[in-house]
Amino acid sequence: MERKEALLQDVVIKFAGDSGDGMQLTGLQFTNNTALLGIDLATFPDFPAEIRAPQGTLPGVSGYQIRFSSDRVYTPGDLCDVLVAMNAAALKANLKSLKPAGKIIVNIDGFDAKNLRLANYADGVNPLEDGSLDSYEVIKIDVTKMTRESLKEFTDLGMKEKDRAKNMFVLGFLYWMYNRSLDNTITFLTEKFGKKETILQSNIKVLQAGFNYGDTTETFTTRYRVEKAKLPPGSYRSIMGNQSLAYGLIAASEKSGLPLFLGTYPITPASDILHELSKHKNFGIRTFQAEDEIAGITSAIGAAYGGSLGVTTTSGPGMALKGEAMGLAVMLEIPLLIVDIQRGGPSTGLPTKTEQSDLLQAYYGRNGECPMPVISASTPSDCFSAVYEAVRIAVQHMTPVIFLSDGYIANGAEPWKFPQSSDLAPIEVKFKTELGFDEEKFMPYLRDEKLVRPWAVPGTPGLEHRIGGIEKQNITGNVSYDPENHQLMVKIRQEKVDKIADYIPEQKLDSGAEKGKVLVLGWGSTYGAIKSAAMELQEEGYAVSHAHLRYIRPFPKNLGDILRNFDHVLIPEINNGQLVKIIRDQYLIDAKGYNKIMGIPITKTELVTEIKKYFTE
Amino acid sequence: MSEVNSVLPTLTAKDFSTDQEVRWCPGCGDYSILAQVQKVMPTIGVPKENIVIISGIGCSSRFPYYMNTYGMHSIHGRATAIASGLKATRPELSVWIVTGDGDSLSIGGNHTIHLLRRNFDVNVLLFNNQIYGLTKGQYSPTSEENKITKSTPLGSIDHPFNPLALAMGADASFIARSMDRDPKHLQQMLTRSHQHKGASFLEIYQNCNIFNDGAFEIFTEKGSKLNETLFLEQGKPLIFGANQNKGIKLDGLKPVVVELGENASTDDLWIHDERDFYKAQILIRMFDDPRIEGHFPRPFGVFYEADRACYEDALNMQIEEAVAKKGSGNLDKLLRGSEVWEIA
Ligand code: SF4
Repeated sequence: MERKEALLQDVVIKFAGDSGDGMQLTGLQFTNNTALLGIDLATFPDFPAEIRAPQGTLPGVSGYQIRFSSDRVYTPGDLCDVLVAMNAAALKANLKSLKPAGKIIVNIDGFDAKNLRLANYADGVNPLEDGSLDSYEVIKIDVTKMTRESLKEFTDLGMKEKDRAKNMFVLGFLYWMYNRSLDNTITFLTEKFGKKETILQSNIKVLQAGFNYGDTTETFTTRYRVEKAKLPPGSYRSIMGNQSLAYGLIAASEKSGLPLFLGTYPITPASDILHELSKHKNFGIRTFQAEDEIAGITSAIGAAYGGSLGVTTTSGPGMALKGEAMGLAVMLEIPLLIVDIQRGGPSTGLPTKTEQSDLLQAYYGRNGECPMPVISASTPSDCFSAVYEAVRIAVQHMTPVIFLSDGYIANGAEPWKFPQSSDLAPIEVKFKTELGFDEEKFMPYLRDEKLVRPWAVPGTPGLEHRIGGIEKQNITGNVSYDPENHQLMVKIRQEKVDKIADYIPEQKLDSGAEKGKVLVLGWGSTYGAIKSAAMELQEEGYAVSHAHLRYIRPFPKNLGDILRNFDHVLIPEINNGQLVKIIRDQYLIDAKGYNKIMGIPITKTELVTEIKKYFTE
Repeated sequence: MSEVNSVLPTLTAKDFSTDQEVRWCPGCGDYSILAQVQKVMPTIGVPKENIVIISGIGCSSRFPYYMNTYGMHSIHGRATAIASGLKATRPELSVWIVTGDGDSLSIGGNHTIHLLRRNFDVNVLLFNNQIYGLTKGQYSPTSEENKITKSTPLGSIDHPFNPLALAMGADASFIARSMDRDPKHLQQMLTRSHQHKGASFLEIYQNCNIFNDGAFEIFTEKGSKLNETLFLEQGKPLIFGANQNKGIKLDGLKPVVVELGENASTDDLWIHDERDFYKAQILIRMFDDPRIEGHFPRPFGVFYEADRACYEDALNMQIEEAVAKKGSGNLDKLLRGSEVWEIA
């Protein structure tokens, strides 16, 4: 039959189903397939709080949103064009994020009486039949039936095992709908199930069945195509935030010559860094799953003391537990990296949801005067270079550094123009290896022009010395309770961190003019939403600019000048107003916050509305 | 056993002392322990720069400042965890952890048991004075029940730890006990701790003459020592008493004190075997309150030693195996991954 082909510029699809339906895997496969075509994309996996909430219920819904476009893409999209709902709960939980007149692809088997009841639909109400979805284009498929049908010949597979392949049917259908090849997913399945021939063949069979279903069923008259995006030329791959962060650590280890040691305790959403790093032991990486968060950081301190690149990874609750040890690292003045993949707090909070609410903890959350540099990443691929920079600061300035990412960045994926290792600037590390000709005795707290003390590791003859958490006498490092000395040391430690501003790049505007009415200042994962909102408004002629911080402590030296070039400074954050407090404190300006604390990202649309308010006053 | 490097310069105890004034209370048991450690260090065949002493918080944790080696006076309870990271990355170093009963059994209890089960090749010196000294006299997790202290005016209602039983429960591969007042024995135990490949757990009874004076008097003073202590020697019967006239025999799984003479001879006695996993547990449980009538003498010496793979060795082996299997890490290959597309 005749098939039309329509060219689209920008598509947002949300895969939603029960947490057992394999929606994350489906989403990731679709993402890789899209990326390989050179189409730009951004993703937002939305995990349920429970590992396996009761099947069919609203808390059990797992989602994966992908936006892909022939234009540049900075956010996974505010609303979706296509919603794939594997059951009634998935439809109910996500309908509000579907665009008017959007497409809904439903598995009608997920809408039986039981599923409807579990999704809290009133007795006798079925949204597929009561006309409530009339304003949408609903594509009803009995995915379960078709899956079983296509696996008729697989007699040694039980019904449960067959049903597990349902997501492949949907994936195959979407591959048909968007004119895709099945190749990368077949390769993936072969790698995953290589040794289990039946499972492998059945998954491929169902994937093809989904594809053929689109092809042979006459109801679907249109296939869609999205062209390659105009990305800067180069080699690209798809990358997720925690993976990119792990790669950044490996690169920093290679380029500094420091063996990497990760001391950590499993915690959502940071554990994937541990998983990733433990796969790459052939880089000389030592991963240590410690007995608790405190042992995670203190073992990393021990490793750093011995001359390794000591790293610990965690999320908010773990940060709280590591506080005292961070103070020790500040006193010892040894390099250390503390990675915080933020999630909703306080306490256990919302482990699977994103938030930027650990900034003040990172800034101030320790006993005593305890300054530490804070670096943040703004997108999944940005984790690579941002963490590389954090390592550079830690080892060249002999200081623990806090690195902030969040759940949204950690699990999001995007195309990445990956660097060649030769493009990466080496990270120079100086160990003290012997006494200088004019030195009689090693002075562990004698500083250079950066106020940095020498790194002398055990095993170096002639430099035996003792360090510890008690206040140090300036220069000698001996224990000192002298009042003047304490004041001096507090000031020196602060100045040492402040001085880092001389060794980091100046702040640049991401978009917009240097002077104007509103500067939107962001940090972390709000990058895409702010960028998209600012660019849209600039096109409409609004005097809006966008600056996004990587260096949060110390701030780039020119930040004050930038801020003062605008009538208003607006700081959107996924917290109750944290960066805004620090900016107001340090620059004495009337910065305003825009705060969303729902465990989900800020959207472009709401930001556009918010920014416009400054132009109607 | 560690190899003795023949080109090492000959050092003496003096070479291991620092210019820092020792600040323990006069008469504190820590002085003797420091002296014995300084005496033993030149004899163990490790270059001074390869020795690292890591401590937590407490009176004993001042120790590193007085040792002219590498040292870190860290934070409360965490010396064991810091040492784990150091040893994992620098297996060639001789790492000594100096800790107290509060430091390693209370605030740092978790790290202690995990260090022992992982079996890092480090030496834990537990200075047990059964009191909190640095915070001026509260009961500790090893204080006896009913102890009157600043925080327990009506007597402590906590049941104390038996530190060696805890170590045994955590599968420590070397378990020993000594005391500050027996320098020779302490030196032997320090040497044995060093020689053991794996985590060595050495409990040292240490007198805090300010807040818990005489806690171990019954074991350390001439008048009572011979009757109240039992010094373990490999392959030797368990004999004690003022005239070496008493012994321990096993009646089934139960130890019994016997008088040597008409009814019992040394042939009937329990022969000590440090490698006997089951008997070690019985020996470790000979831990009664010496105030109780018919109590056992308190054993000192090496209770147990086993050969078990060390964490750092296994960790480094995994790295070697990964390199052998996949080749040394190639950064460009890693960054490129398997699915790449080109944009012209
Ligand atoms: S308080 Fe007790 S343990 Fe502490 S130094 Fe004084 S005597 Fe020694």
